[in-house]
Amino acid sequence: MYYLGIDMGSTSTKVIVLNENKEIHYKKVVPTGWNCLDTANGILEELKNNGIERDDFKCVATGYGRISVPYMDKTITEISCHGKGACYLFNEKNFTVIDIGGQDTKVIEIENGAVKNFNMNDKCSAGTGKFLEIMANTLGVDINSLCELARSSKNHISISSMCTVFAESEVVSLIGRGTSKEDIAYGVVDSITNKVRGQMGKITGTNNVVRLTGGLCEIPFILDSLSEKLGTEVKSDPLGRYAGALGASLFACNIK
Amino acid sequence: MEHLLPEKFEDYAEGRKKGFLKMKKVKDEGKNVVGYFCTFAPLEIFDAGGILSVSLCGMSDETIADAETELPKNLCPLIKSSYGFALTEKCPYTYFADMIIGESTCDGKKKMYERLGKLKDVYMMQIPQGIDRPYAKPLMANEIKLLVKKTEEKFGVKITDDDLRKAAVKRNEYRRACLELMELQHAVPAPVPSVQLYKFLDSIKFNFDLESAIQSVHELVAKIKEENATNPDEKRILVTGCPIGGVLDKVVGSIEKNNGRVVCFENCSGIKPMRCFVDTENPDIYDAFADAYLKIGCAVMSPNIHRFENIPNLVREFKAEGVLDVTLQGCHPYMIESRALQEKCNEINVPYMNLETDYSHSDDGQIDTRIAAFLETI
Repeated sequence: MYYLGIDMGSTSTKVIVLNENKEIHYKKVVPTGWNCLDTANGILEELKNNGIERDDFKCVATGYGRISVPYMDKTITEISCHGKGACYLFNEKNFTVIDIGGQDTKVIEIENGAVKNFNMNDKCSAGTGKFLEIMANTLGVDINSLCELARSSKNHISISSMCTVFAESEVVSLIGRGTSKEDIAYGVVDSITNKVRGQMGKITGTNNVVRLTGGLCEIPFILDSLSEKLGTEVKSDPLGRYAGALGASLFACNIK
Repeated sequence: MEHLLPEKFEDYAEGRKKGFLKMKKVKDEGKNVVGYFCTFAPLEIFDAGGILSVSLCGMSDETIADAETELPKNLCPLIKSSYGFALTEKCPYTYFADMIIGESTCDGKKKMYERLGKLKDVYMMQIPQGIDRPYAKPLMANEIKLLVKKTEEKFGVKITDDDLRKAAVKRNEYRRACLELMELQHAVPAPVPSVQLYKFLDSIKFNFDLESAIQSVHELVAKIKEENATNPDEKRILVTGCPIGGVLDKVVGSIEKNNGRVVCFENCSGIKPMRCFVDTENPDIYDAFADAYLKIGCAVMSPNIHRFENIPNLVREFKAEGVLDVTLQGCHPYMIESRALQEKCNEINVPYMNLETDYSHSDDGQIDTRIAAFLETI
C-alpha cells in the first residue's frame, strides 16, 4: 500500500507518495493551472506510469483545491497538514511554522506535535508569494533574482502600500524616481517579512524555534530577513515546499 | 390615514413588496413604529406606549455600494448596510419608522446616525461607556427618562412608571422564554441546529406581538425536545463578537458543515442581552432599567467588564470546546478587544480563533478553511 498526499495550492500542486515504511517513494511539483480537476487527473495518470494504480493507495487532499481531487479518500485542511508535515520534516515537537504560499501566508504554532494555534493573512495578497511574484514581474526579474538584488541594497526603503495593486504603482513611481532596483527589491522583501512578523505577533505563544515552509523556503535572503525581524534564526529544509503534501500523506497512513 | 409606498416599489422583488405592504397596513391602521439598532434600546418604553419597535441593523451587502457613495469604504459592513437601506428605501421597517433611536455605541454608528438624521427623524440616546464610574447608572437612568419624554411628545401618549413596570414584566417573560431555548444547548450533544437557532432568535425580533413571540419560542422548544436531532461527534463552539446576522451562512453554516455545533451565541441576538433582566421589584423603575441595560457586555464599554466575566462562565456552562470570535471588518472595538479575549481563553485553556470578515462572498473559501482547521485542532 502507498500513501498519497496532494497539496493543491493556488500556484502549484505538490505530490508526495509514501511507502509502507513511511519513506518518500515519489515526489513532484506541478503548476496547478486553471483547472484543478485536470491537474488531479494528470497526477493519477502520472502515478499509473510509475506503476501505482488507484487501488494501491490511500489519498488525503489538502490546499485550496482539496475538494477538486475526485479520487481522494479524505480532505484535511492545509493548517493541519502543514503542521503534521513540518513535525516530520524538522523533527521538532514545539515550534512555529511559517508557510508563505501563493495566496495565503500561514503562521502555525505547534505544541507537542499538534497544531495549537494558527493565523492566516487577511483576505488580500499582501505578504504572500503572489505579492512577490507581481513585484518581480514589475521589476522584470524572477523571484530568486529579486531576493538576491535585495541583499545588495545600499539604501533601505520601505514599500508602505499593503495592497498589491497599490504597491505595484508605488514600485512604478519608485522606478520613475530613479530608485535603484536593489533598493526597491529590498523594500518588497521587507514588506513581506514585516507582514509575517505582524502575523507572528497574533500568535501569543513564545516559540524561539521557527521554521519556514512553502514555495519561498529555499530563498536565502527571505530566511535572513525573517531571522532578523523575528530575532531568531529561521531555518528551512529543501523539502520545505512539500510540508503540506507530506502531512497529507502521513494522514493518509491512518485511513483504514 | 393612507401611507405612501416608495417610488421604486414596483421594481422590488415579491418578498420585499410583501414586507412593504405588511408595514403599510400596520401604519394605515394607525400604529406608530420606532426603529432601533442596538440591544441598549429599552424596548419596554415603546411596549408601554403601545408603539411597535423594530430592529434596523442591515444584514446584507445589497446596499453597501449605495452607502459608499456617502460613507467611507473602510467602515463596518453593518453600518454601511443599515445606512444603505435607509438611503435606497429598500427596507420597509426603516422606511415606515416614525422615529429611529440611535444609541451612542461605536463612533462609526454615532456618525452614521448624524447622516441618517437627514433622511429620518433620528433621536440620539447617549449610552455611558465608563460603566465602572458611579455616575454611569444615574446617567443611563436619565437618558431613559429623556427617551420616555421624547416618546410621549412625539406620539402624544402618556407613559407612567406603572406602565413601564408592566412592560418590564412582559419583556422579562420574553427573555426567559428565549433563554429556555438557548439553554437547551446545555445538553451533550446539543439539540438545536446552529443556523436554525440564530435565524430564529434574529427573526423573532420582527414579531410585533410579544405574547405570540413568547408562544412561538415555547413551541420551538417543545418541537426541539421532541425531535432531539443530535450528533455526538460534533465539536461544541461558543460564538462571540460582532452581530453576525449578515455572515450567518458563511460562518455558522461552515461550522455546521465542518461538524461543529454552536452551543452558545454570546452575540447581540444571542445570550448577551437576554440575561439582563429588569428588576421589577425595584421601587425606582428607571434605576432598574439602567442596571439591566448597562450589563450588556458590548466592546464599546471600557472597561468591558461584563463580556470578560461572562465568557469564561458561558464556556463552562455550555461545555464549549472552542471559542470563535467573529469580528466584522472595520469594527475597531471588537477587533482590538479580540487580543484580550485570546489571552483570556489561553488562561482558561480553551482554544480560540478570531475570524475577520464582512458581508461579501469574496472570502467564503478562506473562511471555510479557517473554520475547518480550527475544528480540526479541537
